[in-house]
Amino acid sequence: MGVSGPPGVLVEDPRTPFHAPLSRPEPGSAGRTGTWRDSRPVIDESKCTRCLLCWLYCPEDTILRREDDMVYVDYEYCKGCGICANVCPVGAITMVPERG
Amino acid sequence: MPVRLKDLPRKRYGMPGNAACPGCPETMGLRYVKMALGDDVVLVIPAGCSSVIQGIAPKSGINFPILNIVFAAGAAAAAGMKAAFEALGRGDVKVVVWAGDGGTGDIGFQALSGAAERNDDILYICVDNEAYMNTGIQRSSLTPPGAWTTTTWTGKREPKKNVPLIMIAHDVPYVATASVGYPQDFIEKLRTAAKIRGFKYIHLHAPCPIGWRFDPGLTPKIAQLAVQTGLWPLYEYNQGKFRVSPFSRMYRRPEKRVPVIEYLKLQGRFRAALKNPELVKMIEAEVERMWRWIDALEKSLNPAEEARRITGT
Repeated sequence: MGVSGPPGVLVEDPRTPFHAPLSRPEPGSAGRTGTWRDSRPVIDESKCTRCLLCWLYCPEDTILRREDDMVYVDYEYCKGCGICANVCPVGAITMVPERG
Repeated sequence: MPVRLKDLPRKRYGMPGNAACPGCPETMGLRYVKMALGDDVVLVIPAGCSSVIQGIAPKSGINFPILNIVFAAGAAAAAGMKAAFEALGRGDVKVVVWAGDGGTGDIGFQALSGAAERNDDILYICVDNEAYMNTGIQRSSLTPPGAWTTTTWTGKREPKKNVPLIMIAHDVPYVATASVGYPQDFIEKLRTAAKIRGFKYIHLHAPCPIGWRFDPGLTPKIAQLAVQTGLWPLYEYNQGKFRVSPFSRMYRRPEKRVPVIEYLKLQGRFRAALKNPELVKMIEAEVERMWRWIDALEKSLNPAEEARRITGT
């Protein structure tokens, strides 16, 4: 019955009379993008004023927000673009070159 | 109502690990759309970078239900989808078109104009990165004068097509310009648009590090400079009323504006233009032209407020 897409993407939805190839939102659709990075953002928590600008501007949503609004970085997926270091008004984020 | 950062949803709305380039303004913009409009949103995406950011099945790199459609049919597909949702009794679902500048101003323009004329209840967002970035940086009608692309080697000679003004001329309920450099302004405009029934159009200025030739860390800075030099004024046309947005208001006075050269010299695409004083003059004239339009619209659309401004009461 129905049309099948690439392996593993059949949709079993009882309301649709056919099988359609559908992708679902999931992290890591392009792999572990942290490996693209040539320098990593490091947050100096003593300087951070919790203004949340880095969290707002991060294109990847890899700057995460704790309950108390302190931020930390998801290095698994951070692409190292450096936007957070540039928007930080107090210079609490520095880009440190990756080694190896 | 102004948007406060602490009040924005804490939920992780972006989809990390997608195929976008580092410093991509589109993934930034998509996050703000989700923050502003919530979960009951369906995106219609004509061909463009956003089609690529989704990546390869079975995973998708954008955190929305998406219909991918051909270049020429973004607004038409969205209008049909909205009609289908209404027929199913789900009129509360917002249908949003997320199209690039090529899918808006060039190839998708007839569908956009048609949907605006029918006043279909959709929100159309044009993510303007000022060239066909996805296919290799070819010139579009929204590329600014002086900019290098692979099809304008010595800098484009024609002015940028002013799509938001064309949409105001369609007499749709809501038209606004926004910038990824001012997310609070963009989120506020999205929320305003979501409350209005009928055709809504938001033009989002999105600096592309790859095509504009600048450091990926400078995306918000370049976007802010475009507003501060007066090249990209933020304004809003809401059901007959025209208003310059707060972030742009101080730059209506030419002496307050940052010199255009500051914006140009950060971008590699203007390297040829900077050596040619004629082209720089043309870009400066573009700023004046833009603000003349805004003054004219403001005066003719808000006669009462204009009278108050002149008499100083």
